[in-house]
Amino acid sequence: MMYIDPHAHMISRTTDDYEAMAASGVVALIEPAFWIGQPRTYVGTYVDYLSSIVGWERFRASQFGIRHYCTVGLNSKEANNEELAEGVMEWLPRFALKEGVVAIGEIGYDEQTPLEDKYFRLQLELAKELHLPVMVHTPHRDKKRGTSRSMDVCEEMGVDPGMVIIDHNNEETVAETLQRGFWAGFSIYPSTKMGNARMVELLKQYGGERIIVDSACDWGISDSLGVAKTAKLALESGIPEETVRKVCYQNALDAYGQSGQMKEDDWLNPAPIDQRTLFEGNSILRGGREPRIEAPGERRAGQMLIE
Amino acid sequence: MAKSPAELLRGWVIAQAPDAADWITESLDTIAAGAPERDLHIVLGMAPRRLGKADLVLDKADLAAADAARPGWSPEGWSIDGAMRVLALLVSAGNRPFAERFKDLRRTADVAEMIALYRGLPLYPDPETLEFETGEGLRSNIRTVFEAIAHNNPYPRDHFDEHRWNHMVLKALFVGSRLSPILGLTERANPELARILVDYARERWAAGRPVTDELWISVRAFRDDPAISGQLDDAIRTGHLTKEALQ
Repeated sequence: MMYIDPHAHMISRTTDDYEAMAASGVVALIEPAFWIGQPRTYVGTYVDYLSSIVGWERFRASQFGIRHYCTVGLNSKEANNEELAEGVMEWLPRFALKEGVVAIGEIGYDEQTPLEDKYFRLQLELAKELHLPVMVHTPHRDKKRGTSRSMDVCEEMGVDPGMVIIDHNNEETVAETLQRGFWAGFSIYPSTKMGNARMVELLKQYGGERIIVDSACDWGISDSLGVAKTAKLALESGIPEETVRKVCYQNALDAYGQSGQMKEDDWLNPAPIDQRTLFEGNSILRGGREPRIEAPGERRAGQMLIE
Repeated sequence: MAKSPAELLRGWVIAQAPDAADWITESLDTIAAGAPERDLHIVLGMAPRRLGKADLVLDKADLAAADAARPGWSPEGWSIDGAMRVLALLVSAGNRPFAERFKDLRRTADVAEMIALYRGLPLYPDPETLEFETGEGLRSNIRTVFEAIAHNNPYPRDHFDEHRWNHMVLKALFVGSRLSPILGLTERANPELARILVDYARERWAAGRPVTDELWISVRAFRDDPAISGQLDDAIRTGHLTKEALQ
C-alpha cells in the first residue's frame, strides 16, 4: 500500500528515516513549518528555515524517492515574540507561492495568548487570499477548549472548514472536529498525542471520512513510521482496507491537493522537468553521457553532492 | 536589428502558452511600469501555475537568435516557467540595485526558481555585481543548481577570476558533472588549473579509479609545462594516459 505522511518534520530526521519511510511505502510527505525545539531570535534564521523546507529538504527527500511538500507559517510559540512575528509575517507571502507549498501551517494556539490569536487570524487571512488550505496545530494544554476555539476563529474569519485540517486530535476532540466539517488529523506520537492502538479504536468508531493519520515525527521521541505501523495494525484489527487507504493516503491528498500543488501524478508519473531537477539531474545536458555504473551506496546518494 | 534577449523570451513564452498571453502581457507591463516588488514576487510564484513546467520548444533559428542577442547564451533546456521568471526579472524596473534584488530572490527560491535565476546570469544588468551570489550557487549541494551556472552558461567564462574558474571545473569533476558543456574550457585554461587537474588525475589513479577524458581539454595547452610534463610522461608510460588524449 502507498502512504502519505502529511505531518513530518524531516529537517530533524536522518537519512535512515527517509530510507525506512520509503521502504514502508511512504511515497509523499508534508513538512509543516514549526518550532524547531528552541526559539529563533532573528527573522533571518526563520527565513533561512523556510527556505530550507521549500528547497533543500525537498531535494533531500527526492534522493530517497519521496515527494516532499511543505506548509509555511508562523507557529504559535514564536508568535509570542512580537518583533520576530512581525518580521516573519512580512516574508511569509514570499514563501506561500513556492512550488510544493500545500498549506499555511502549522498555526494556531499554544498558550492561547492575545499575540497567538492575532497572528493566527492574520495567517488565516493570508490563506484565504491565496486559496491555500490551513494546517492547525491544536494546543497540548487546555486542548479541548483550544481546539474548539481554533475552529470558532476559522469560522469567524470565513475560512471554509473543508480547507482546514485540525491536527493532533484525540478521543476528546474528534467528534466536534468532524461534526463541524473540518478534517481531523491524528498524530501518532504516543507520549503527547495519540498511540497506534488508540487510533485503531477511533477508526472502528468513526470510520475513515475526513480522518487523516500522520507521524508528526520531529526532534522528540517520535516514530517516522507512525503512518505505516498504524496502517498495519488497523488492517490486522480488521479495519477495511478502503478505510485504511483513506486515512493513510487519500484523505491527505484530497485535503492538501486543494492547494493545486500536490497530485498523485507527482509520484506515479512525474513530469520530465521534475525528474531532471529532483531525481536525476539535467537529462538534456547528460543525454550524451554513458550510463554510470555505480555501487549501491553511490546510487543511494544520487544527486546529493558530498564533498 | 537583432532582437534583445527579453524580446526573444517574450516571443517564445507567448508562442508556447497562447492561452496565457493576456496574463503574460499584463504581468510584464505592470512590472515594467515600476509596480512594488511584491507584484514581481507574485508573478514569479505564479509562473509555473499559469504556464506549466514544460521544456521551452526551440528550433535552430531560435538558438541562433539567442546567440546573436548575447554571444554564448543558449536557452536550450530552459523550461517555460523558468523563461518567464528570467523575463520578468529582466523587464522589472526596481529602484534597488539589481544584485540586491537578486539576492533577496535567491534567499527565498525553491529549486526550480534557483535554476532559472542562475540560468539567466548572462542576461542580467551589471553582471560583475552578481559574483558573490554566483559563488553561493556554485557551493550548492544540488547538482542541477550547480549546473545551471556551470553548463552552457557564458557567465563563468566572462566574469570569473582564475581561482573561481578553476574551482568550478574541479567541483564539476568531483560531483560527476560533465566538463564539455562548460563554455570557455579552452580559452580559460591556465597553468594552475592544469597542475590541479593532473594532481587530481594522479589521486584517482592511485585509488584505482578512472578519470574522464574531458579533463585533458584544460591540460593540453600546458603539455610541456615543466610543472606537469614529467607527471604526464609517467602516466603515459604506466598506461594511465594515451598520447592522443593530450592532443
